[in-house]
Amino acid sequence: MAVKVAEEWLNICGGCEVTILDIGEPLLDLLGELDFVHMPVLMDHKYFGQTGEKDQMEIPEADVGIVSGGVRNEKEKQVAEEMRKKCKTLIALGSCACFGGIPAMANMFPLEALYQKVYRESKTTDAADTPQENLPPLLDRVYALDEVVDVDIRIPGCPTNPALIVKALTALLKGEPFEIPERSVCDECPLKREKKAAGGEIKRTLESMEFDQSRPWDNTRCFMEQGYLCLGPVTLAGCGNKENSNGEEVTVPRCIKGYMPCRGCFGPIRKGASPLVDMMTAISSIGLDVKQVPDRRALLNRYIGGQNRLRPLPVRPK
Amino acid sequence: MKTITIAPVTRIEGHAKVTINLDDSGNVADTFVNVVELRGFEKFCIGRPVEELPRIVTSICGVCPWHHHLASAKANDAVFGVTPPPTGIKLRDLCQSIAFCSDKILHFFFLAGPDFVMGPDADYSVRNVFGIVQSNPDLGKKVVHARQLGTQMLGIASGKSIHPVTAVPGGFSKPLTEAERDKLLPMANEVLEFAKFAIRFAKEDIFPKYLDTINILGVIETGFLGTVTDDGTLNVYDGKARLMKPDGSYEEFPYDQYTEYIGEHIEPWSYVKFPYAKKWGEFSMDLDNPSGIYRTNTLARINVCDRMATPLAQAELEEFREKFGRPAQQTLLYHYARLIELVYNAEHVVELLNDPEITGKETRVPVTPRAARGVGCVEAPRGTLIHDYETDENGLITDVNIIVGTTHNMAPINMSVKQAAKTLIKDGNYDQGILNRVEMAIRAYDPCLSCATHKLDGTIPVKVEIRDACGKVIDTIAN
Repeated sequence: MAVKVAEEWLNICGGCEVTILDIGEPLLDLLGELDFVHMPVLMDHKYFGQTGEKDQMEIPEADVGIVSGGVRNEKEKQVAEEMRKKCKTLIALGSCACFGGIPAMANMFPLEALYQKVYRESKTTDAADTPQENLPPLLDRVYALDEVVDVDIRIPGCPTNPALIVKALTALLKGEPFEIPERSVCDECPLKREKKAAGGEIKRTLESMEFDQSRPWDNTRCFMEQGYLCLGPVTLAGCGNKENSNGEEVTVPRCIKGYMPCRGCFGPIRKGASPLVDMMTAISSIGLDVKQVPDRRALLNRYIGGQNRLRPLPVRPK
Repeated sequence: MKTITIAPVTRIEGHAKVTINLDDSGNVADTFVNVVELRGFEKFCIGRPVEELPRIVTSICGVCPWHHHLASAKANDAVFGVTPPPTGIKLRDLCQSIAFCSDKILHFFFLAGPDFVMGPDADYSVRNVFGIVQSNPDLGKKVVHARQLGTQMLGIASGKSIHPVTAVPGGFSKPLTEAERDKLLPMANEVLEFAKFAIRFAKEDIFPKYLDTINILGVIETGFLGTVTDDGTLNVYDGKARLMKPDGSYEEFPYDQYTEYIGEHIEPWSYVKFPYAKKWGEFSMDLDNPSGIYRTNTLARINVCDRMATPLAQAELEEFREKFGRPAQQTLLYHYARLIELVYNAEHVVELLNDPEITGKETRVPVTPRAARGVGCVEAPRGTLIHDYETDENGLITDVNIIVGTTHNMAPINMSVKQAAKTLIKDGNYDQGILNRVEMAIRAYDPCLSCATHKLDGTIPVKVEIRDACGKVIDTIAN
């Protein structure tokens, strides 16, 4: 019998849903074994009956629930709770569901400061009161999904790798466990490392890294060692897929493939790790000065501001 | 008084609900599209290094991350006072048009298509892309493959197709190698063949069946905004704004003057703001006497431009104008215009890949932080996208203003929903098919409420009517 799947999106950008489609033709093969019963982005099942006739929100029962996005308002909290209630296995898909994601950068500010900027202090806006008629109130901050309900499986990434979704669903269909090995982006990255920085200061990405596209990847020096902050050492591997490049089989992390440093979108390598602290150690160990990293707190917590990693700084008395 | 709530609005990107208030006799008194989400990018981008923004603002939208990425990179160019080398600009333009192709395929076939292929009144359990795959496996396979081609092409050109990283201040972070170009070209030709198939399929098998609906459902009369080059050719990467009134007259302005032309109105029932043409008077969504209302996205661009830059798209534009005039006001024609733009972008991708300069080695100039303001603008699939940044002397952000494609259409969407609901719901009679037709009026605009709620969370109510060329309502859609 087909496995019933329900999919929901909370405080999202939609990239995780596009990633599900990016599975491509293998998705068509999987479809024979999956029966999607609820998925607002693609399907018309409604919360309160098809003509809005019911009082209670209702999501159909499913074997597997997939939820993307963090929890930002009362409605999303309710949807998360209903999904947990109706789904035997709950998957947190993407870094917003797993850690809060980029929207959780808002956790650096009190909610009122957001309203003030958006509705009263924006260049082109005719200032007005914060809208609140017939709208779900926002929560005080952005929550990761596991701060609101229990989560069984986490597939991080911004967005994640379609291959990981296939792997997780296949494991579930076979009744096998799904785990992502605790390896770092650096463990996978083919760039050449010499365990020390080329010297000088930490640089911002205001100019090109040094690289040679005509030769195998290990002829290019590690970006961190070139002086550009790269979050590879403290970030979970999984974004890249094996490919053939200049005659060799390599797995190149996605941003490295674009000749740009990693910004940590897969989150910490293991639960409870602190990328901020670990990155400081990594930077010092190759002889660079951590004090030179601009906007450190936001940069090193960019995707993981839920779970209390980002919060408003206390206001200093003037 | 009774209230009908359609929640969630489905097969759109992001979160909205429609609230329809009926009067005592069961006719529509009022409708609201409530956008229920708010995220606050304009607040939390403050303090960040400006060169990091192209990698942060992408998360405003995972469906159209490339357009936010590129608008942000262009705002960076302006902040740093640099012009990228020609190859850098062409690589950005290439990714822009590839992303456009995937987006149009996604919307037409995965989101809106089921209403037409399966029918607006089909059971909700099969009125979706899975229903299409089951009932027409060949078509299903074809569209899944064609959409994914774009993703694969962006992966080859840039490493990361969703939430990209390669557009940087001063250009593009990596050259395209000849080997990569050789891989991309056959894929681009395949997308172009699909584009030709798609518009033929729609013109022969879809639109003729729904002509009555097209002329009624959600039809409203508004102005239009889009980007054109100096000679009036449609361009999605660069150009000037052309703001057209409902009568077809227009004025043009460079995007860094947008604050003189566009205001943003706030309604108490939606977290999303409503941009309007402030020179045209006070904001009003009154169906009989709207004020300041213009539309963006495919139909707007097709209406404001004088011509298309590529031959097949130009022929399609001429055929379209012959049938529907200029400016065309029928809301469901957004779908038709979407496919003309698919053809243009597919042709443009092939053209760029055949340009020897695309594999040039100079893709980027270095930049130095300074205190400045920079406005960057591109056409996103859903409309004109404006990123406006200010920095201090260290290149840290001090102010951000973002107006995204979908928000321009929030007032028109509300008006189309109201028009549709008023036409479709009479004497308290409605069913799921009627409510789906209201939603079809929303879907025509392909709203991306993730984008629209870059500010905060909100829900928007929507309904739609279709009128004939004389303005007579032929059909209405409400959810």
